[in-house]
Amino acid sequence: MNLEINVEESNGIVFLHIKGEVDLYSSPDVRKKIFEIVKHKAPVILVNLEQVKYMDSSGVATLIEGLQQSNKYNGRFALYGLQNNVKEVFELTRLDKIFAIYPDRDSAIGKKDA
Amino acid sequence: MTKSIEIHINSDPSLLRMMRAALSQVCEVAGFSSSDTNKIVLAVDEACTNIIRHAYKNKTNKPIIITCTIRRSKLEIVIIDHGSPVDVKKIKPRKLEDLRPGGLGVYLMTTVMDKVKFFNGTDKGNKLIMCKNLPKEVKNCEPGNQR
Repeated sequence: MNLEINVEESNGIVFLHIKGEVDLYSSPDVRKKIFEIVKHKAPVILVNLEQVKYMDSSGVATLIEGLQQSNKYNGRFALYGLQNNVKEVFELTRLDKIFAIYPDRDSAIGKKDA
Repeated sequence: MTKSIEIHINSDPSLLRMMRAALSQVCEVAGFSSSDTNKIVLAVDEACTNIIRHAYKNKTNKPIIITCTIRRSKLEIVIIDHGSPVDVKKIKPRKLEDLRPGGLGVYLMTTVMDKVKFFNGTDKGNKLIMCKNLPKEVKNCEPGNQR
């Protein structure tokens, strides 16, 4: 399955829905989409990883770039719905302490406690 | 008796998915849990990514040969490329507190595998050996296997 990336805007929040495997081949597409969003200084960017089955360090690097770009204008950049093996990559690299990571969409929005 | 499989791919990032699928099967045959399988696949994927980026400088038609051998007590993975020689001294995992994109591949490889050994590159290319010990219950089940 090729990578699918969809952008949804709702109540001032930009959701980036990613589906598939994020690796050296597909991460440039994710990077391009994230940079389009941060270029417009979206105040809140929530990355939906519920359907990401695999992520390598190039995918993680892409998300670090998104976080850093968003921090430059005091935006909020958070992740939600990480599958176990993707979560493990963030834990191994201790990036789970750097990123705001939520179990699901509602907790990422703040509708319920994480 | 050891079991061995060779995976040949071109240095084309679009082929990494197929390599991961094949390697997952090898790990399953070796008796690894799905969590360990994911880690081994990640380590090999990171190694191939580094080869494509650094040894082959993103050329997509160069060979990468991955030999997986299931031994009595471990899975041994040898990865060979024919790219620019890499100086082992320059291969270092980056510090995690240094938050920047990139440089995490070697850290992940050395963290998730039990042994990672880079060999100095020659004009014929580079070689890397990674090992993961088999789960105890698998070792105990196969007392007749020879190293």
